[in-house]
Amino acid sequence: MQPFTILTAVAAPFDMANIDTDKIIPARFLRKLRTAEKGYDPWLFYNLRFDADGNERTDFILNQTPWRNTGVIVAGPNFGCGSSREGAAYAMLDWGIRCVIAPSFGDIHYANEIQNGMLPAILPEEHCATLRAQIAATPGASVSVDLESQTITGPDGATYQFFIESIYKERLLLGLDDVGLVLQELPAIEAFEQRHFAKMPWLA
Amino acid sequence: MPQTLFEKIWQQHVIVDKGAEALIYIDRNLLHDGAFHAFGALAKEGRKVRKPRQHLATADHYVPTSGREKGLANVVDADAREMIRLFDLNGADNGIRSFGMDHPQQGIVHVIGPETGFTQPGITLTCGDSHTSTHGAMGAYAFGVGATNLKQVLATQCLWQKKPKTFRITVDGKLGSGVSGKDVALAIIAKIGTAGGTGHVLEYAGSAIRALGMEGRLSVCNMSIEAGARAGMIAPDDTTYQYLAGREYAPKSKLWDEALALWRVLPTDDDAVFDREVSLDGSAIEPTLTWGTTPEEALPVSATIPDPASYTDPNKRAHAVSALQYMGLTPGMKLTDIEIDRVFIGTCTNGRLDDLRAAAAVLKGRKVTVQGWVSPGSTQVKRDAEAEGLHRIFEEAGMEWRASGCSGCAAMNGDSVPDGMRAASTSNRNFEGRQGKNVRTHLMSPAMAAAAAITGRITDVRTLT
Ligand code: SF4
Repeated sequence: MQPFTILTAVAAPFDMANIDTDKIIPARFLRKLRTAEKGYDPWLFYNLRFDADGNERTDFILNQTPWRNTGVIVAGPNFGCGSSREGAAYAMLDWGIRCVIAPSFGDIHYANEIQNGMLPAILPEEHCATLRAQIAATPGASVSVDLESQTITGPDGATYQFFIESIYKERLLLGLDDVGLVLQELPAIEAFEQRHFAKMPWLA
Repeated sequence: MPQTLFEKIWQQHVIVDKGAEALIYIDRNLLHDGAFHAFGALAKEGRKVRKPRQHLATADHYVPTSGREKGLANVVDADAREMIRLFDLNGADNGIRSFGMDHPQQGIVHVIGPETGFTQPGITLTCGDSHTSTHGAMGAYAFGVGATNLKQVLATQCLWQKKPKTFRITVDGKLGSGVSGKDVALAIIAKIGTAGGTGHVLEYAGSAIRALGMEGRLSVCNMSIEAGARAGMIAPDDTTYQYLAGREYAPKSKLWDEALALWRVLPTDDDAVFDREVSLDGSAIEPTLTWGTTPEEALPVSATIPDPASYTDPNKRAHAVSALQYMGLTPGMKLTDIEIDRVFIGTCTNGRLDDLRAAAAVLKGRKVTVQGWVSPGSTQVKRDAEAEGLHRIFEEAGMEWRASGCSGCAAMNGDSVPDGMRAASTSNRNFEGRQGKNVRTHLMSPAMAAAAAITGRITDVRTLT
């Protein structure tokens, strides 16, 4: 996994609250295999990006020239609620989005971003709203995200402190894979299983 | 120290506690045909399934619900055919018990877990699906995970997790006639919001919850994720034990007695403290349905469409404006004046035998005026319903009786509602495009969906006597 340290990228405002993972990637694309050559980016926000005939909708933000290289999304509350589909994280990552800034996240999607080396940065809604207004007013403006110091710098140079649990911060900074982290504890796991299944043999 | 149901289960499953997070043991994991991403990653890393017996798999999301007897050749979509093929292959390669498309125990993953007794009180259970919260109705700590975490469970049977907070929702009073677990769930989400449960495990308590049968409880817990919660739980009691006794994977004879002794001490201690509490008056809950595009945009059937201008929260106001536009509705309109085009009864929320009975009781001796279909939650439910003759009631009323699967819930198998139509659906998500392109979904109970099928518009089932 690619470590996450500092990211400076074009930021796109998504004002709406409750952007669910069905919106981020409609279910019909989840059956697609994801390979090194063919990522999930073609289906990101598909129903918002394309009309019924498959033509780009010009009013959708990621179709507008300044935002075609978006690397950061600044969203409203409860981003990524709904379905557990990790395809939502794949689609953003494959498009080039490595950080979502929002006041709150859907629980499973939050974990999915972390597992893919993406940073879900929690920032109070008033700061999110300020950032969204600024980047909307200056199309293509960049924001900088520094994970080590947990700061976001807006286009006007103002900085904001964002929240992330220290455990996730460490994983992202080092690009650590959870399976490895779990298997380090194998002796403890095996001892646990012995006790646990001795008590509840019907579960083994 | 007094503990909640959740805290007891959590404590019994912590292997390593690092304060900020704990390594917890996952007793059981359910798999479905969307799990191929996790199996793919596992194979790519050269890892093996550590405890194949702790897993159970079923094909549900991609299987067709009509023409099933014709087998795989009948699946016209090449991608879906590949999903079903991969499902069989992954199960066989990894030594996992699998209920493939033609298996007599096939069904929706959250229906077959409880139905086979794989889901039990006191266990930790995961599945690569957000509605895993369903299983908490049996007193388990059950939660959905994404593909990478699912791969971890397959490889290690453990997950690092931050301990969630606890949130008790008490519903006291007697539910009125025509009011089901689904109405309770929608009323709760309307009250606490789709982010109301974020970071929390919900425990549903109170006399109205206790009075629900196992199937109604499963409907309530199913929708916990729609309130943003990690999981939803209900303390096990005699209703739970009666439901579980004798099921295939439930402990038997002496082991049953041992298990029962452990389960009986699981319920929340009297003076245990929750991080948050909310209570609702069960007797005031009406049949409830959604008018918007998130499950919290729900109202009693007697209500009118709200005016977004009346909302103080700017995010909610903006959402309501776009929801009304998508749904093609105007403020002030009565919910019962909304005409519908399609009816879908089924899913992991409302595809169990009691749900089908409730819908059939409304449809009996009547004719529908709009097209609709019923997809039982499992092949076992289908057999049980047919043994009672429910399929004949549906068919005589003019509804299609289909095979079991997720069907029109997420429409991954092609069972979508036609472009732009309005559906009365017993599923759990009314997101834009969830049931098909531009499809407008109103979530409601099976009885309410059946009533809508008869009149062709949203109807208070209590008026159809
Ligand atoms: S019925 Fe719907 S919500 Fe339930 S598992 Fe299937 S797709 Fe998910």
